[in-house]
Amino acid sequence: MATAALDPAARQAALLEFLLRVGDNTLILGHRVSEWCGHSPALEEDIALANTALDLIGQTQLWLGLAGEVEGKGRSADDLAYLRDGYEFRNILLVERPNGDFGKTLMRQFLFDAWHYLLLKALKGSSDTRIAEIAEKAFKEVSYHLDRSRDLVIRLGDGTAESHRRMQEALGELWPFTGEMFMSDALDAELVEAGIVPAPESLKAGWDEIVAETLAEGTLKKPADGYMHKGGRRGVHTEHLGFILSEMQFLQRAYPGATW
Amino acid sequence: MYAQMVKTDAARVRSLDEMDPVERAFQERIDAGQKIEPKEWMPEGYRKTLVRQISQHAHSEIVGQLPEGNWITRAPTLERKAILLAKVQDEAGHGLYLYCAAETLGISRDEMYAQLHSGKAKYSSIFNYPTLTWADIGAIGWLVDGAAIMNQVPLQRCSYGPYARAMVRICKEESFHQRQGYDVLMKMVKGTPAQKAMVQDALNRWWWPSLMMFGPSDDASVHSAQSMAWKIKQNSNDELRQKFVDQTVPQAKYLGLTVPDPDLKWNEEKGGYDFGEPDWEEFFNVIAGNGPCNAERLNARKKAWDDGAWFRDGLTAHAEKVADRRASAKIAAE
Ligand SMILES: [Fe+2]
Ligand SMILES: [Fe+2]
Ligand SMILES: [Fe+2]
Repeated sequence: MATAALDPAARQAALLEFLLRVGDNTLILGHRVSEWCGHSPALEEDIALANTALDLIGQTQLWLGLAGEVEGKGRSADDLAYLRDGYEFRNILLVERPNGDFGKTLMRQFLFDAWHYLLLKALKGSSDTRIAEIAEKAFKEVSYHLDRSRDLVIRLGDGTAESHRRMQEALGELWPFTGEMFMSDALDAELVEAGIVPAPESLKAGWDEIVAETLAEGTLKKPADGYMHKGGRRGVHTEHLGFILSEMQFLQRAYPGATW
Repeated sequence: MYAQMVKTDAARVRSLDEMDPVERAFQERIDAGQKIEPKEWMPEGYRKTLVRQISQHAHSEIVGQLPEGNWITRAPTLERKAILLAKVQDEAGHGLYLYCAAETLGISRDEMYAQLHSGKAKYSSIFNYPTLTWADIGAIGWLVDGAAIMNQVPLQRCSYGPYARAMVRICKEESFHQRQGYDVLMKMVKGTPAQKAMVQDALNRWWWPSLMMFGPSDDASVHSAQSMAWKIKQNSNDELRQKFVDQTVPQAKYLGLTVPDPDLKWNEEKGGYDFGEPDWEEFFNVIAGNGPCNAERLNARKKAWDDGAWFRDGLTAHAEKVADRRASAKIAAE
């Protein structure tokens, strides 16, 4: 079997990289979503967004916790979240996009949820049981996130002329950031081979289907596939990430070694 | 104290003999400890007082999200971030139950929001103070949720059923919040000198505003007397403040902190602490809109509401379209 042929050190490095990619996505998106706390358009949305952020931060603790374990250098989930600089973060660029108006936040959530849902669904069958277990738990939460974001995209797409316009604009702005979800590199290939993760491109058809159905129901037009931004997965980010981190990491950086 | 100085419209509290038979029957039910439910007859003053108090309480929960939300993105660990998110989510939930309780009295949530945004309705003075360091998040849980519990535990026995029931649910969560806040501080005082200094600074700033949460002495207030006769209020402001001080001072000592009150002294005779008078001029200024964060807090709420209008309108329009489509499908099928 191909699995046995993998060099253990290379496998460990690839696994660490994968865990950072998935954990950084949930961390940075959780951060963005939490920026809405107390400022959303309706009380019910404040509650729902806090809940989504809470789920994402909880998932981050699991993914980055496992990343620290796999790395084997004694770094905790907190160390990884609070003591890495931007070039060491592996999240896709989509999740660091600024919130914009509430429509943009919802559209970003939907585009991410549809992919996240499919990724976790596949990871439930990972040959690495630690990953399968985390995916099992996260999948339940994310199924609910997707139900919610999909429903709101439909309702706002097919709402007033203004809500339609805002959702269409949000879609157009975020679309070039969706391609990165399906790009793969050599590190992915190693883990795919070992049955640990699905091939990123294998999630594309399912995602296209969810997105197409949702947009159609919301009377929104799918943008033409054009240039797709990339870089987050290998640590090359937009200028936004630095500000997210300087805010998020402030206390850990200002008081090195303090426990909270 | 999330509801401060609620007016009752009463000039003085009337005796049973002065009441007409319907009102007298109502008062006798209250005196007998029975609960009043939404559809039942109630004096207009009772209804209005409850609307003022419950909506003020609800607004406080909602505005209260802001000072704490201010630190969610800067929480020092993932666990603290999760705890704080859950807390702020709880506060929004409290706002929701309370708006629902107020709605049973014939006012809509939108009307209550309009009163908040216009400045006609108030929220607790405490949320007009800024959260400047992470220790403030601990101090709010410990002191502000602590003071809220002091006030809300008796409200579980309030004569108005929906309010009393909302309080039962809310009080359980507030106790959690208080313990979590205290835990934040506990961890910090065991930490570095800088962390300990941060905690003392937080206590210095939050102590007096927390005592002000109970409102000025209301022993001579006709509104308080009327609220007590209606069993909307059970204890005087001074009684609750005394209980709060007696409970909190030992907790401050346990943290190794100094309560910023030179007049604070154990009084063996009364079995409680003697303490100084809060700066009521500051309190009335904060109530009047001159607190350090009044403008920011209210503007943040108004902005959230105004910016979200298209969102709410979109959802309403969609619901109407769906209803129309259902209706036409039904006609087509017939
Ligand atoms: Fe609350
Ligand atoms: Fe409360
Ligand atoms: Fe609370």
